Amino acid sequence: MRNPQLNKHGELQHLLTLDGLPRGIITQILDTAAPFTEVAEREVKKLPLLRGKSVFNLFFENSTRTRTTFEIAAKRLSADVINLNVSTSSTKKGETLLDTVDNLCAMQADMFVVRHESSGAPYLIAQHLENTGRDHIHVVNAGDGRHAHPTQGLLDMYTIRHYKKEFHNLTVAIVGDVLHSRVARSQIAALTTLGVPEVRVIGPKTLLPTDVEKMGVRVCHSMEEGLKGVDVVMMLRLQNERMNGALLPSPQEFFKVWGLTAEKLALAKPDAIVMHPGPMNRGVEIDSAVADGGQAVILPQVTFGIAVRMAVMSMLGSH
Amino acid sequence: MQLPEAEQLIGALAESMRPHVSPATCLVGIHTGGVWLAERLHALLGLSQPLGSIDVSFYRDDYSAKGLHPQPQGSKIPFDVEDTHIVIVDDVLYTGRTTRAALNELFDYGRPSRVDLAVLIDRGGRELPIAASFCALTLPEPLPAGQNLQLERDDSGALTLRLIHA
Repeated sequence: MRNPQLNKHGELQHLLTLDGLPRGIITQILDTAAPFTEVAEREVKKLPLLRGKSVFNLFFENSTRTRTTFEIAAKRLSADVINLNVSTSSTKKGETLLDTVDNLCAMQADMFVVRHESSGAPYLIAQHLENTGRDHIHVVNAGDGRHAHPTQGLLDMYTIRHYKKEFHNLTVAIVGDVLHSRVARSQIAALTTLGVPEVRVIGPKTLLPTDVEKMGVRVCHSMEEGLKGVDVVMMLRLQNERMNGALLPSPQEFFKVWGLTAEKLALAKPDAIVMHPGPMNRGVEIDSAVADGGQAVILPQVTFGIAVRMAVMSMLGSH
Repeated sequence: MQLPEAEQLIGALAESMRPHVSPATCLVGIHTGGVWLAERLHALLGLSQPLGSIDVSFYRDDYSAKGLHPQPQGSKIPFDVEDTHIVIVDDVLYTGRTTRAALNELFDYGRPSRVDLAVLIDRGGRELPIAASFCALTLPEPLPAGQNLQLERDDSGALTLRLIHA
């Protein structure tokens, strides 16, 4: 079966997940993003690559950072950006997802940036576009359910490469609520594809997916074991809104055992970097002293995210 | 066709530019051949301003037809463009589309006081109203479209011209 993200020439047609995306494409995205970081320093922060194209931000789930950085990225490429606040629009009146898409296609959409609470919604849209012969319209997954958040995974890889240069000699720990995290799934897929020899996941059993080992990671059930000697610590947000039932005793309890403090970070390599996809819950998964400390690269992640999204959109828009 | 020695052309190009540059003049090379050439001109003319470079991948007018260059190098303009005399440097002047893209990009950094274009060879075949301010050699007959003339650099840093039949 053909990879649904690639066209018949092997070029990126949609970005839906990092799972199964060839290493060459991931590397190409990271390489393309590098020169885009410099655009922010110009007087005119715009490149003409997507001039005349319309990018629709289709967010069925709330987001500030991701939607904003996608919007900035598209605008820096000179696209017209239309933000749809779907939660207050026709979906509420009963319109189906694909009807919404068809209507936006009738408004000459060139690209959809989709966030949806259901896993697979961006894939459904991509399939629909293919089945109806609209190959010139591209879909970018901006987070679907617990499935994937590929641009977050890519910007994390960009950040790691920026600070650590190579992937083949790294030990990376992903800490926290892996169970509910589409970010973690995208990170694990990208890290293993790029050849990181040891990826650890650290968290309580109730917040780790069953069979998580099958994703090629080492499971650690204590911070002491998991953080020892790592080069990169990737914190995850405790997803209160996705939590139903008693997976956790309390946020305070969670912090005591799984929160990243300076003391626990000292177990990692002295030059280890600390990442977080945001929004942070200070005092729950990460201590303020670490979040604001010298090893944190959380704000550079946000900045790199714009360049990475520009790279993805310019690669999609080029065919 | 007998290709001229690139090294001799570089010397001649520098001499033709010398009366028209000042210590405030900034050179901007276009990737890749233009950057090598700009490095040489910078040394020969004894210029002190840092050297700029432009990769026009993001400004090309054939982006939607040809797609993005697989490995764009990005641009580096390490000086203030505003009110500056800038010389864009490229190895070969052909259709003029690369120069147009470079001009567009340059103006996104600011408003230069003056922009000149220095090239080693004008191979003819212009598709835009663009001319070089400094040119070491204009070919008497335009080169056929199927042929590609470019600058190459060997390990010792010596530059040579090479004609490729596509």
